[in-house]
Amino acid sequence: MEVVDQEGRTLTFSIGPQHPGSGHFRLIVKVDGDFIVDVKPDPGYVHRGAEKMCEERTYIQNIPHLERPVIFDSSGILFPYVLAVEELLGVQAPPRAQYIRIIMAELNRIISHLYWLAIYGIFLGHSTMFMWPMGDRELFIDLAEAIGGTRVTFSYFVPGGVRNDLPPEFKERALKTCAYFEKRLKEYDRIFFSNPMFLKRTQDIGVLKREDAIRLGVTGPNLRASGISSDTRKDEPYSSYQTIKWDIPVRKEGDCYARAMVRFQELFDSMSIIRQALDLIPEGSVKIAMRGQIKGKVGESFARTEAARGTMFYHIISDGATHPYRVKISVPSFRSLCAMPFLLKGNHLADMPAIYWGLDYWPVEADK
Amino acid sequence: MDTFEEFLKRVITIAFWLLLLGPVIVLPIILLVLPQFGVPVEVANRFLIALINPLEMLQFIDSLGIGPSSLFFKIAAFPGFTFAALFATLMILYERKLLAKMQNRVGPLYAGRFEGILQPIAELFKLIFKELLTPEKADKPFFWAVPFLAIAVGGAFLALIPLSPEIYIAKSEIGLVIIFAILSFTPLIVLTAGWASANKFSFIGGLRALHQLVSYEIPLILSTIGVVMLSGSLDLMKIVQAQASMWFILPQFIGACVFFVTMIAELERIPFDLPEADSELVAGWYTEYSGMHFGALQLANYIKLYGFSALFTILFLGGWNGPATLPPVAWLFIKMFVVISFILVLRGTNTRIRIDQLIKLGWVYLVPLAFANLFIALAVASLGIA
Repeated sequence: MEVVDQEGRTLTFSIGPQHPGSGHFRLIVKVDGDFIVDVKPDPGYVHRGAEKMCEERTYIQNIPHLERPVIFDSSGILFPYVLAVEELLGVQAPPRAQYIRIIMAELNRIISHLYWLAIYGIFLGHSTMFMWPMGDRELFIDLAEAIGGTRVTFSYFVPGGVRNDLPPEFKERALKTCAYFEKRLKEYDRIFFSNPMFLKRTQDIGVLKREDAIRLGVTGPNLRASGISSDTRKDEPYSSYQTIKWDIPVRKEGDCYARAMVRFQELFDSMSIIRQALDLIPEGSVKIAMRGQIKGKVGESFARTEAARGTMFYHIISDGATHPYRVKISVPSFRSLCAMPFLLKGNHLADMPAIYWGLDYWPVEADK
Repeated sequence: MDTFEEFLKRVITIAFWLLLLGPVIVLPIILLVLPQFGVPVEVANRFLIALINPLEMLQFIDSLGIGPSSLFFKIAAFPGFTFAALFATLMILYERKLLAKMQNRVGPLYAGRFEGILQPIAELFKLIFKELLTPEKADKPFFWAVPFLAIAVGGAFLALIPLSPEIYIAKSEIGLVIIFAILSFTPLIVLTAGWASANKFSFIGGLRALHQLVSYEIPLILSTIGVVMLSGSLDLMKIVQAQASMWFILPQFIGACVFFVTMIAELERIPFDLPEADSELVAGWYTEYSGMHFGALQLANYIKLYGFSALFTILFLGGWNGPATLPPVAWLFIKMFVVISFILVLRGTNTRIRIDQLIKLGWVYLVPLAFANLFIALAVASLGIA
């Protein structure tokens, strides 16, 4: 083992891809004492070529594999693909389907944020905060399973609507779960988010200032934690989001604590959106009947939505065939990866888990 | 080997056949062969009688010098190592069940049919059967020495802690000083482990542990000086006697708090488990240890937990003092159980602290508090309250 380099001061080691504190990617970290002086992220271990795969499959066949990169946010990351395909076809989902899509996307946002919270808890050494969100997440998975039929990957959104209608008595069940979970969130706040040890570990750690956040291009909750009120659901409303009222949670600090609190607040907001959508949902069909193979007209289409990790963007080019000619996916996780070395440099090694997972970077999504 | 129970059945079967075949082979050897080599027949006869009569067996064992009143028995069995290891095993189970209840889980459930009471034993067997891996570039003698040294320090710590006026292994006028002298070996062992493993994570973990243990030893020792001043002795027996009327936690509350915090840091438990912070250092200085090496290190840690909780009880909670309805040693264990529960609850409710925050906490808050506690002890002693 070469413990020190030629200068005799710094120590280089790889965190990942086989490490309890990394996902499927590697951070090459150089430390001087306890301080990180250099970080090189090394993504790409889980690259599956999702964009290329799209070119070989029909518009419908693309649905299952496009929701695989983030399976616990499967509907959220599939949303823009479906919207973009609908734009190519020149159709729009019926109103009832639009509200069902909102419910499903917000359920997935809660599931994804709870997964994030659980791992954040164990990364900071808080084992109870690992178990509680993982347990409560099951309630929302059950709800989503009642709609979509499977636990995580539903293939539920299809061009022209959703696959099937809501199950009977879904509203009562969803409201009951939300009421219970709001009580649980207060307990979360008491044991974790108000815990002085948690504040000590996250406040003023990894500060991403407003200007840096814009320069590095982070999106979603990370951007909102840096003091910018930006949310695709509000800025460019899609799928009837304009009829729903909520406040975008924004914090000015830009540190790990702010990023955690924005996500914590979004759990409340998502439940509020689900409640409103359940009230506003009209009767009617949930899918436009389409016969035969779907063929997009020659041209391009774009769609942008707010997934759990930030802005998800699809650009589809069609040459009139049953397969897309080219699909470009822009994912929020890759933008978090750009900010990661910037935030890690100069911090303590022990702050690495807090910063890394505080950005909610998901390697599989970034590698596509 | 399918389940733990099948394994137990197999062990019992083997024991049965050994018991059956043993006399067939051993008895002829004792009666016929040994006298040929000049062993007197009386010894052989006595052994045979002892096999049948339990009282004779006790006397026979006593005559060998390993009876219940001998030093060997005290060190090896009760109140020494075996007992402490059993206690530690129970504590591991208790910890897992308590944490599970806190986290809406069930915890170990299947081994042993009732609430998983045999789970620690099952895991002990698992660790015994695992391969002992040594890294290629490790400093092998030191790497292999660390688990033994850790166990040795834990055992020496145990030997100095009396469980009641009658149950003790070693008694010394300066018991407290010897305990701290023994404990000051720990940073050395940890650093050896970190260095000899030839692993960068182990190395950083070892350095962190060194910082932590060295800087927390000072408040640990300072916080006990108040107790020594009030009781006027370094002998743990006399410290407990001095608390017959009032527990030292009342006049020495700050000292007790400082001791409790530093105790958790010395034990490397959450929130002070940063030498083995898994999210950045894999397992800290434990990283390269596998199988029973790891088991020995964990056992040493739990024996230290046992020792420290007993020490806290003896110094601040009146030791084995209590109403005469229960024997003294029972009171000691009840109090230790409460102390350990407090330590475990902290594990369920706290995040891990950072190394610079830890050092700052130690030097900026705990050391001055320990000094303040010293003056309180001085005032209490001069006023003659305790």
